[in-house]
Amino acid sequence: MAAGTIAISKPARRPSGSALAWIGVAPFFLFATLFLILPTAFLIIGAFQDADGHFTLVNLTDLSQPTILAAYKISLEISAASALGGALIGFALAHAAVSGGLPAWIRPTLMTFSGVASNFAGVPLAFAFLATLGRTGLVTWALMQWFGFSLYATGFNLLNFFGLTLTYLYFQIPLMVLILTPALDGLKREWREAASTLGASRGQYWRWVVLPVLWPSLLGSTLLLFANSFGAVATAYALTGSSLNIVTILLYAQIRGDVLHNQNLGYALALGMIIITGVSNVAYIWLRGRAERWSR
Amino acid sequence: MKASRIGPWIAVTLGALYFLVPLIGTFEFSLRMRRGTYSFDAYRIVLGDPNFQASFLYSVVLALATIVVGTLLVVPTAYWVQLRLPKLRPLVEFVTLLPLVIPAIVIVFGYLRLYNSQSILPLTDSSRGTDLLLTFGYVTLALPYLYRSVDTGLRAIDVRTLTEAAESLGASWSTILFKVIFPNIRSAILSGAFLTFAIVIGEFTFASLLNRPAFGPYLQLVGANRAYEPAALAIIAFVVTWACMGLIQVFGAARGPTQPK
Repeated sequence: MAAGTIAISKPARRPSGSALAWIGVAPFFLFATLFLILPTAFLIIGAFQDADGHFTLVNLTDLSQPTILAAYKISLEISAASALGGALIGFALAHAAVSGGLPAWIRPTLMTFSGVASNFAGVPLAFAFLATLGRTGLVTWALMQWFGFSLYATGFNLLNFFGLTLTYLYFQIPLMVLILTPALDGLKREWREAASTLGASRGQYWRWVVLPVLWPSLLGSTLLLFANSFGAVATAYALTGSSLNIVTILLYAQIRGDVLHNQNLGYALALGMIIITGVSNVAYIWLRGRAERWSR
Repeated sequence: MKASRIGPWIAVTLGALYFLVPLIGTFEFSLRMRRGTYSFDAYRIVLGDPNFQASFLYSVVLALATIVVGTLLVVPTAYWVQLRLPKLRPLVEFVTLLPLVIPAIVIVFGYLRLYNSQSILPLTDSSRGTDLLLTFGYVTLALPYLYRSVDTGLRAIDVRTLTEAAESLGASWSTILFKVIFPNIRSAILSGAFLTFAIVIGEFTFASLLNRPAFGPYLQLVGANRAYEPAALAIIAFVVTWACMGLIQVFGAARGPTQPK
């Protein structure tokens, strides 16, 4: 991309050009500073202060309280499970649509539907799963009626780790489909044909051609999915109220009513979240850069 | 190495089941309000609820305000970066991606601390101020999508030639921006706008923590107190999301071939 678009030499500009040029982006940076950078910085700084504003690391060590650790743990578990599940299933779906030899209408249908479903999150998603898999939901009822199978007798519960993961998959899988399809399009037909001509088996083609090309996309998308579910609030809150101790719901309660009885500990809780989503997103952006090498 | 088609069919069928069953389940549930027979009672009650109408209208207005503010912020910036400050592109792109890095609940937490009644800019003191803060918050949330959409649109047209042609005809900067650039990337702006609408309309975290009567908190409240109405609301929300995505496709397709990738 860089080589093709060497700028045509500019005609002489007005003398005040460069100072003026910066004024053009000033509103954007002012906005970003006020509504993105400063609010976040305020929390990060607050995480390192005690109630009187003195520097301290106590808030960070206080994060090791059992309740907080448990909240982080279950959040990480749900995010990891829904990211891995979403990535695997999304990959299978995208691959089936791109190179599965299915009828042509499948792919645009899948893409449109993925666009809708990946945005169908939040509170309504929780309602949909309660209406389907809740105690009086359609599937729960149908399993009982038709197969005499009591879903809830197996220990199934929509309001725990498994239930929330299953619900999150509803937006994670489509998101994976949307991110990964362009990468799958980058797998050139010639590579497959070349591998085939050289006598490669299907397994060898996957092991030595597909995975080396795709792994940055696959890993990167999985990390994006991970961060996506780690920061989610609405679905979990609408589904479980405050009965499930995940970190976003704990933070929600802290913002609402200082349940930790320490404002600065609340900031530290937020800082922990920023670090987790930050690391996975930065890794995603880096991996995306690597992945784009193949699509040039 | 002939590809078998059974695997792909199984994947697509299972995927379709997983995605359709909850929709069917929700729809069926939403019809169950009247004992022993299916009816649209739940929809009638929801649509007739003054709180539904008020909160939905509130969120629609908020979404429109977000789209206007977001577009006015993003288009000139992306245009300017492309034309005059290409070196700044990585930084601007990074900033627009930050709302994906920092969870929404953390951003709003920061707002509540930074713009409360004791601060120099006490936006949360009045309803109007909080509405403004909520709008800016939604612009922040929409930034990654809006910027990417507009930037892709700008890359597909020859910004430099258009600008120079307009300049040599004596056009002012505002004329160039609003009469030349905006119309040329209309489909990109509309795509970003509909996506923004879909994000804002049912948003819960910001609205709830800023205590504004938006559609998201209304949904949550109904969910906590009623049985069948939530299912009807979920179907309504799904239809709204679907409409937004459909409109993106309609407007995107008008200029589809000119957009790279």
